[in-house]
Amino acid sequence: MKEAATFIKRVAGFAPADGDSVQPAWLAPIRRAGFARFSELGLPTLKQEDWRFTNVAPLTELPFQPAPESARNDLTADALAGLPFAQLPGDRLVFVDGHFAPELSRTGRHPDGVRIGSLAAALRNDVALVEPYLTRWTRTEANPFIALNEAFFRDGAFIHVPAGKTIEEPVQLLFLSTGRAAGVAAQPRNLIVAGRESQVTIVETHVGLADGATFTNAVTELAVGDGAVVELVKLQDESRKAFHFAVLHAHLGRGVNLVAHSFALGSRLARQNIRTVLDGEGIECVLNGLYLAGDDQLLDHHMIVDHARPHCASHEYFNGILDGRAKGVFHGRILVRQPAQKTDAKQTNKNLLLSDEATVDTKPQLEIYADDVKCTHGATVGQLNPESIFYLRSRGIPRDLARRMLIHAFGGEIIERVRCVPAREELDRLVRRRLAEHKQAKLETSAV
Amino acid sequence: MSKPILEIKDLNAGVVGKPILNGISLTIRAGETHAIMGPNGSGKSTLAAVLAGRDGYDVTGGSVHYLGEDLLELAPEERARAGVFLGFQYPVEIPGVNSTYFLKAALNEIRRHRGLPELDAMEFLSLVKDKIKLLDLDADLLKRAVNVGFSGGEKKRNEIFQMAVLEPKLAILDETDSGLDIDALRVVATGVNKLRRPDNAQLVITHYQRLLNYIVPDFVHVLMDGRIVRSGGKELALELEARGYDWLTPAAAAA
Repeated sequence: MKEAATFIKRVAGFAPADGDSVQPAWLAPIRRAGFARFSELGLPTLKQEDWRFTNVAPLTELPFQPAPESARNDLTADALAGLPFAQLPGDRLVFVDGHFAPELSRTGRHPDGVRIGSLAAALRNDVALVEPYLTRWTRTEANPFIALNEAFFRDGAFIHVPAGKTIEEPVQLLFLSTGRAAGVAAQPRNLIVAGRESQVTIVETHVGLADGATFTNAVTELAVGDGAVVELVKLQDESRKAFHFAVLHAHLGRGVNLVAHSFALGSRLARQNIRTVLDGEGIECVLNGLYLAGDDQLLDHHMIVDHARPHCASHEYFNGILDGRAKGVFHGRILVRQPAQKTDAKQTNKNLLLSDEATVDTKPQLEIYADDVKCTHGATVGQLNPESIFYLRSRGIPRDLARRMLIHAFGGEIIERVRCVPAREELDRLVRRRLAEHKQAKLETSAV
Repeated sequence: MSKPILEIKDLNAGVVGKPILNGISLTIRAGETHAIMGPNGSGKSTLAAVLAGRDGYDVTGGSVHYLGEDLLELAPEERARAGVFLGFQYPVEIPGVNSTYFLKAALNEIRRHRGLPELDAMEFLSLVKDKIKLLDLDADLLKRAVNVGFSGGEKKRNEIFQMAVLEPKLAILDETDSGLDIDALRVVATGVNKLRRPDNAQLVITHYQRLLNYIVPDFVHVLMDGRIVRSGGKELALELEARGYDWLTPAAAAA
């Protein structure tokens, strides 16, 4: 308990409820509940089943402090030109250490009723659109980080697409961790509401600008109305000293088509929780992810796909590429509730270990209460196939290139599923480049 | 006599602790096609593997020279760039690696080695268009991952198609006929025959004589227990077809 209080003091620096005098009154009890919840739960330990492979203790060793708003003052649009997705068309909301930076952001013209902007602003100007959804589908009981976010979040993105409307271009959410001062903490909160039969693609990126030990605790809530089509691309590429905790909780209505991707490349320790609730018939939900870790990185994905209604299909594809002493964690749970007959749920987690010291803990889990369902899961851990390497070399391709082709192909299976073409091409370049860097670092080490 | 492309002298090789090749000597000259025949376990595929540089085989004695160079000193990719090609008995499926991308990368590695300019995408595609007709292959296969979703026959034809693109000096075809129906066999053999030139050579490894009706060898060698027990002209293959291998076992020969 004492540890939780100390941690709160450092990452938040203030008591909830008195942080923002303009916030609506209905938010105060939610914040207080989050605060109480976190104080009660404390930071998770290895003894908890959901955290048994991921030790968050290093968090308590760092001198965290809430991010000052001044950090964004000296950032210019030019500084963002080299970042991933810089060339992507469409709206872009930029947040610097958790604070909205309107001067770095851009929004275009949209159909009536569409809102793309900061959540803090929406809490002032669009309360009627926010109140029915904010914190409605997040569940704090199991995850102290959500409780912490609920107590202390200041800002994030608010996207509202009314029924029947389509946003043509992808909407970019860019979260920058400046990382100049050590221990800067940011707790962004995103709320995305896609109305009935609407359509939207969102590209959420978290990038570190300098090599500081930052702490991000992000929560994204996604409420998707009947028949809507949503693609969510998340890229986590924070600094190698960063701690990145992120949650996506999605609530899906009848006939929804959701594809949510998670590409985890950066951070010293990153944990991505995803929970999707399939609360209508005929939903198609794809969760697709790639984690690429080297050195001492620990990259963790923890998923729950909650089938609550009949005739839904869900598919999880997660591939991991682990080098150095890196560790990957995959925990995927498919929950099929009693009414969810005719569920078709599949889950695959494949891992490629490129060094003797890299490890992966993978835990696929099925929990089924319905009797007429089709559910499969599987996990593999392996090395590059020597037969494939020999085949490529026997045609004149050098060993290093052969290895890179195979590793890239392993990641490519996941990248291929991104529907948004410019985002897919950018991810392909990024992963290719990162694999080449891994190789470069290896050569330099072995030359010493 | 034309110059030798491959000179194998008293080659001894095997896998850890188990000798498989027990003193093979063989010279292959430019313009020649040699066939190696033999029963299962005689060392045919080991010979192909050692020549191509597959990991896991130890050469314990003898030498292999390719165009006067010590072949065994070269890494598999260096052998390929120098003009050695292995047609795999079991072509490997490589998900996620596009066939065109792979073959263009391979060809450009080889061209670089030969001091030729690399081909760009357009030049490569026009080259491929010509060669693919030779093997009667569906051009759409090249849009797929390497060998993924190919039928058995398509895989074998794809091997010969790669050979046509890479233009080796020495092609080693390891049981290219296995698993092929007669039509596919004809296509493969026609492809191989069209690639025969006075300045290259072929080593065809097969279990059955059938392939040699279509790819007519200049020399036939019978491999048993890791040794060449008999060499002859193309008529030797017919004799083997009629009599089997038993009459050539050391015991039978001694009797």
